[in-house]
Amino acid sequence: MQIIKDRNIIEDNWQFIADDQLLLPGDCTVTLGRWLTEKEQLLRHDGKVGVRIESTDDLETISCDLALIPLVEINFVIFSDGRAFSKAWLLKNRYHFSGEIRAVGNFLADQIFYLSRSGFNAFNFEGKQNLTLALSMLNDFSVSYQKTG
Amino acid sequence: MYQYNQDDQTLINERVAQFRNQTERFLKGELDADQFRALRLMNGLYIQIHAPMLRVAIPYGLLSSTQLRKLAHIARKYDKGYCHFTTRQNVQYNWPKLEEVPDILAELAEVQMHAIQTSGNCMRNTTSDHLAGICKDEIEDPRPYCEIIRQWTTLHPEFAYLPRKFKIAVSGALHDRAATQFHDIGLHLVKNEQGETGFKVFVGGGLGRTPVIGQVIRPYLEKRHLLSYLEAILRIYNLFGRRDNKYKARIKILVKEEGLEKFKSLVDEEWLQIKDGMELSEERIQAIQTHFVLPPYDKSAAADATFHSRLESDNAFATWVKHNTVEHKAPGYRAAFVSLKAPDEPPGDITDSQLELVADLADRFSFGEVRSTHRQNLVFADVKQADLFDLWQQLNKTKMATPNIGTATDIICCPGLDFCSLANAGSIGITREINETLDNLDYLHDLGDIKINISGCMNGCAHQSVGHIGILGVDKKGEEWYQITLGGSSENEAAIGDRLGPSVPKDQIAKAVATILDVYVKNRIEDESFLDMVKRAGLTPFKDQVYANH
Repeated sequence: MQIIKDRNIIEDNWQFIADDQLLLPGDCTVTLGRWLTEKEQLLRHDGKVGVRIESTDDLETISCDLALIPLVEINFVIFSDGRAFSKAWLLKNRYHFSGEIRAVGNFLADQIFYLSRSGFNAFNFEGKQNLTLALSMLNDFSVSYQKTG
Repeated sequence: MYQYNQDDQTLINERVAQFRNQTERFLKGELDADQFRALRLMNGLYIQIHAPMLRVAIPYGLLSSTQLRKLAHIARKYDKGYCHFTTRQNVQYNWPKLEEVPDILAELAEVQMHAIQTSGNCMRNTTSDHLAGICKDEIEDPRPYCEIIRQWTTLHPEFAYLPRKFKIAVSGALHDRAATQFHDIGLHLVKNEQGETGFKVFVGGGLGRTPVIGQVIRPYLEKRHLLSYLEAILRIYNLFGRRDNKYKARIKILVKEEGLEKFKSLVDEEWLQIKDGMELSEERIQAIQTHFVLPPYDKSAAADATFHSRLESDNAFATWVKHNTVEHKAPGYRAAFVSLKAPDEPPGDITDSQLELVADLADRFSFGEVRSTHRQNLVFADVKQADLFDLWQQLNKTKMATPNIGTATDIICCPGLDFCSLANAGSIGITREINETLDNLDYLHDLGDIKINISGCMNGCAHQSVGHIGILGVDKKGEEWYQITLGGSSENEAAIGDRLGPSVPKDQIAKAVATILDVYVKNRIEDESFLDMVKRAGLTPFKDQVYANH
C-alpha cells in the first residue's frame, strides 16, 4: 500500500489492529485504549507498535509513553473534524513528539497543506486517491502568515 | 490603507489557483458535493435559491477607489449590474455562475481583494469601527490590529475546520460602533492605570438563534500578547467546542456550558504555554501602523465660509448634513455617509454605476478611500466641509443622499425569502412597506435615532435581536408571520430585545411598526430617545396598542 510520508510517495506496511483482533506479525497500530491496558505485552511484540488517536481522545494519557511510540495515527471520522489539527499541533509542539504523525481515515487531499503545517508528516488516504495530485497540494502555497512549530 | 507586499499578493494568487483547480475537479466529478461545499464556503461561495452567492471580503470595511471600480466591473460582467453590502462590512454578488467564480476571484486579486474565509466554519473577516482613525472619542486606531488579525487568521492551518464560524471585531473608541459584545471575540482598545494601551477582551458573544452578550475574559491584555491570546482561545474552542449539534456549536455555548471561570482557566493554561513564543514586536506593530497614517489634511479647511452659508440657504442640504454627516477630529472636515437605504431599493444594494460614482467622488473628495459600515451604508471618512455641497449634489442625483442615516428607515435587512434558501419570510418587501408608512421626512427626523433590523429567519443575519425594533420572519403553516422585539442594542449598553407578544401576519407588520413609533411619540418625555423610553416604560404601552384589536 502506498502513502505519502515526508513529501514522498512510499510503500507502507503498517496495519491497524482493531481491539477484538490479535496482533499480526510486523508493524501494527492499536487504539489508545488498547495501548493503555496492554502496553507491556505490546512492547514485546515482534515489530513496531504505534497508536491510533481519535479526535475525542485525551493526549495527556499517553504523554509519558510518547518516547516508546514511533508512530501516532490521528483518525478522521469526518474530514471537517478540526480537532485532529489541534491534536497534531499539540503532539508536535506541546509534547515534542518526534515520531511520525500520520493522518488516516476520511480527510481530503485538499487539506494536506494545512495538515502538514499543523504537524502531520504522513498521509494515508482511506479511499482511492491520486497520490501524485495530493503530493502536489503540499505546495499549494509558497507563503504563510503564521509561524509554525 | 494597507497595501499588499509581494508575499500578500503571492498568497492570494495561489489561493485563486487552488480554487480554480478545486472548481474544475468538482465540475469533473472528482470532488463530491459535500467535499466541495466545505472548500467553496471558505472561498465565500454559497449555493442559494436562484444561483450561487459570492461573498467578497472587505477587511474591516476599507475600500480604495480602484477596488470600488473593480467591484463595479464584476457586477457588470459577471452579475446583474449590482451587488449588496452586508452587516459584516463585506459585499455579496447574488448571481454569479459557479464556473466563472475562479475568474472573479482572479479579478479581485488584481486589486488586492479576495473572498477567503467569508463563509464556512472558520475565522471570518475581522470587522471594526467605520469611523476608525477619525472619530474624536478614539483611544487608538484599531485598524492596524485588525490587519494584524487579518493576516493571522488568513489560511490559519489549525483553525480552518472549527466547530462553527468564528467572528472577531475590534473597536478603538469609547463608543462601540462595531457591536463587539456580539462577537465570538470582541476587542476594545483601552488604557490601563499606567496609561498604556491594550485590549479588553470579550468572549462568547453572538447573535443568530441564541443571542448572547459577550463576557469580559480579560480586562487588560498587553498588545504584544494579542495573537497568543487569540490562539489560546481558538485552540480551546477547536478542541472542546461542541460538534454534535450545529446549533450549539458556537463558542458562546461552550462558554455558557463550562462557565466563564472554567473556560478562562482553560484558556489561561493554554496561553501561558505559548505566549512567550509568539509575542508581537513593537517594530511589527509600527510597520503595520505606517499603512494607516492620517492623510495630509488641509490645515486651513475650517476657514472656509461657504459651508455655513450653504447650510443657511439650502434646507435640503442642511438636512442631509445634519443626518448623514458626522464630526471629524480634523478641523474643517466631516465624515459623510452614502445612504444605501433609498426608500424603494433593497437596503445595502448598490449598482455598478453608483459604485463608479462613489469611486470618483472618493478620489475627488476623500483621499480615494471609502468605508463600508455594519449598517450597510458607505462612508467618505475625510471630506472638507467646503466640498460637502458638491458631494451632496452628486449623491443626490443618484439616490444615495436619502437623509436617513440612524433613522427608522436606515433599516438593516437580510436578503430574506427573495434570495436566501434558509429564509422563512420576506424581509425586503417589509422594509419597503415600512418606508412607505414613513414617507414624511419631518416625522422621520422627529423620531430620532431608531434602529430597525429585519431578518427573514431565526439565523438572524440582520441582527434583529439587537435592533431597537427587531423584526423576525417566521413560517406559520406556510404563511409569513413576524415576531417583534423591542429594546435591543449592539452598542456599549449591549442588550437583547424583548419579545413584544405574538407574531403578526405579513399585512399587519408595517402597521404594527407605525403603531410602535406613534406610542413612542406620544409617551416620550422631552427629548427622550426611543431606546430610553422603552427602557423606562417597558413593553406594556406598546403591547396595548399593537394588539389593541386582537
